[in-house]
Amino acid sequence: MGTQPEQIVSLKGVAKSFGAVRALAGVDLAVGAGECLGLVGHNGAGKSTLMNVLAGTLAPDSGAIEIHGKDLAAGYSVTVAHRNGIRCVFQELSLCPNLTVAENTRILHPALKGFGWKQRAGRLIKEKLDEILPGHGISPGDTVGDLSLGQRQMVEIARAFTVTDDPLHLVILDEPTSSLDASTAQQLLEFVRREVARGRSVILISHLLGEILRYSDRVVVMKDGKVVAERPADRFDRDSLVGAMGTVVEHHAAVQATAVRERSGTPVVVRAKSALQTDDQALVAHRGEIIGLAGLAGHGQTRMLLQVFAGAVGRMHGVDVQGPVAFIAGDRQTEGIFPLWSIARNVTVRSLPRMLRHQLVDSRREAEMAESWKQRIKIRTPDMDNNILSLSGGNQQKAVFARALGSDAEIVLMDDPMRGVDVGTKLEVYDILRAEAAAGRTFLWYTTEMDELNYCDHIYVFRNGRIVADVSREEMTEQKILQSSFKESA
Amino acid sequence: MTALLLNRDLLRRALPAITLAVLLVAIFIKQPLAMSQFGLTLMLQYAVPIALATLAQMFVIAVNDLDLSIGSFVGLTTCIAGLYLPTEPLLGALLLLLCIAAYVAMGALIHLRNLPSIVVTLGMSFVWLGIAVLLLPTPGGKAPEWLHGLMNLKVPGVPFPIIAAIVIAAVVQIGLMHSSYGVVLRGTGGNPKAVARAGWSLLKTKMVMFGLAGSFGVLSGLSLIGLTSAADAHIADRYTLYSIAGVILGGGEFIGGRVSPVGAVLGAITLALAASFLIFLRISPDWQIGAQGAILIIVLALRAAITRGSAR
Repeated sequence: MGTQPEQIVSLKGVAKSFGAVRALAGVDLAVGAGECLGLVGHNGAGKSTLMNVLAGTLAPDSGAIEIHGKDLAAGYSVTVAHRNGIRCVFQELSLCPNLTVAENTRILHPALKGFGWKQRAGRLIKEKLDEILPGHGISPGDTVGDLSLGQRQMVEIARAFTVTDDPLHLVILDEPTSSLDASTAQQLLEFVRREVARGRSVILISHLLGEILRYSDRVVVMKDGKVVAERPADRFDRDSLVGAMGTVVEHHAAVQATAVRERSGTPVVVRAKSALQTDDQALVAHRGEIIGLAGLAGHGQTRMLLQVFAGAVGRMHGVDVQGPVAFIAGDRQTEGIFPLWSIARNVTVRSLPRMLRHQLVDSRREAEMAESWKQRIKIRTPDMDNNILSLSGGNQQKAVFARALGSDAEIVLMDDPMRGVDVGTKLEVYDILRAEAAAGRTFLWYTTEMDELNYCDHIYVFRNGRIVADVSREEMTEQKILQSSFKESA
Repeated sequence: MTALLLNRDLLRRALPAITLAVLLVAIFIKQPLAMSQFGLTLMLQYAVPIALATLAQMFVIAVNDLDLSIGSFVGLTTCIAGLYLPTEPLLGALLLLLCIAAYVAMGALIHLRNLPSIVVTLGMSFVWLGIAVLLLPTPGGKAPEWLHGLMNLKVPGVPFPIIAAIVIAAVVQIGLMHSSYGVVLRGTGGNPKAVARAGWSLLKTKMVMFGLAGSFGVLSGLSLIGLTSAADAHIADRYTLYSIAGVILGGGEFIGGRVSPVGAVLGAITLALAASFLIFLRISPDWQIGAQGAILIIVLALRAAITRGSAR
């Protein structure tokens, strides 16, 4: 840094927490004029949070946002960001599916109004689309909902580069090529280089490290809400980049000391093959094992868990499950808890058939089960009849765990269940998981946290819906998981 | 492939008009006398207030909410209009403006507190009805002369309700579908997050849409009392369901900001005509609501079939 002639944006000491989770721990980041900055990091490193702060959609807890040398952190908003020439293309698309391409362009530009705005908007977006991708086949009058995912992504990116009244200095592209085929992605990135040559700046976030290394001038690596490395792109290569994303200090958790069971020592209870798998690789779980499902978020791990669940309750092609299953959701608010119910009800709902007396639920037995799990899993509440929302997030998640662990399920599927849970609770739950596994329960655990893989007996790494690596505990290193997660196969 | 898709899309869009045409043909076959200016005016006169109430509902549906209070709200506005407009026009107008302001406030409340609109509007429907009954315990009041005159206007050659429907549909179609701010309003229903990320205030768009709903509710009440010339708190109770059915018949969807003003007006006219048609068929009034429901289900099933075909 400091070699840049002019700085467009400079973030200083930006911090942001969501409850107990510290997403950004004081980040400094500067972008110069006419620079393409590559930003990489594993899941939850804080990239998206940082970009949301810069785009004005998320207010930081502290820190300075300097644009052209002026600190605008107080009262910073999307409107201020736009007025100062900063735009963001978010990872989840931000187009209105019910509107046409031209109308979506209008949404971004308050200046497109008055008589003939529709023609002007149409011309604006069409010119930009033609420039990026000649022969794109998208007409300004097309309804966005009718376009393919890749076309929508093109429209959104083209839209971000259109200019009316406000200036345009910096465009943030968060995973811009995720739904594009290779040649379209290349055309897009070459367009990005042309824009950079014209003096615009771009922040490029991508899990495809090849893209980052080829198209950015400088690469910034984030981890645990901090910037951990920063170098010109030509001084990184794939291995050093992956290395920078991992931890320098290896976590040697106490789990390393537990006895390693033989893989084939117990009977197989789950065997499942992903529909997208091209070879014979299948997910296999033996009784009493904790199986980790690793890889970047959204690469088919949750789908695999749902597939196993479907295979257990009904019949499913390519899935063989022995024994009842329970599912622990990671998205507590929408699929984990029953927000209107008491803690006790939330715990017992999976086990109601066991509590019937004369075909009705016996409230005494219900209370007994709730009370015993309150003790076992240490749910911190004076009364299990309180509403579930009276608990902290971590304790709510404990109740969801208790629901699964207190049931008759022999196989427990966990969909990144520790999201947003504080460290203390996590450690307690890890102990319970180990005890339960030792008692013969099997766990399939999708996790985005590298540390949690240390608790697993066997790990499958997912990429694009397929298992790309099959790693036993002894062979497991963070490096190895990262290498397979970022594997760029055809 | 594209041609087929276009065809299906076109078919889906034309479905409200086709439904109306089929119904008209059926009516003319059953009752040829209806095919006159007098006959059409008579059959369609209540289409105007229903169309206005349907558009009010459409504004609310466009932002992914539902208004269960529009029927009793229209009833209340007829009471206010019938009681005050002929004698104290200023007070009457002020009260009607207050009603619209209440709708704006309802939109703000729903957005700020993130409340389900169904619950809020269901509650408010009893408030509107209560005020209306307090104002006018028994049917009465009187339509102001000008309103009565307007609603019974005779234009040579064309039935007045048809002219009124065309004007109303055109105004809303241009305002919501072609103006630049209309895009933002509809975008709020399509992807609120995207609209907010572009720097627009969702609170404002919700308030504007509920304000429009309130305004069209008032217009519906005014046109209704212009026709009946007496007010009643319960006069428009059925409008709540009519308006929802009209929006959906007209090609609108409950979520996603997909609405069509022209379609909604066509849907409202279809509903009004369906009632006449059922009378011509000598179906007893007890069965009429059921028969209307059956028409609705048939049309919606057709639409679903077309949509599914195009998705394939």
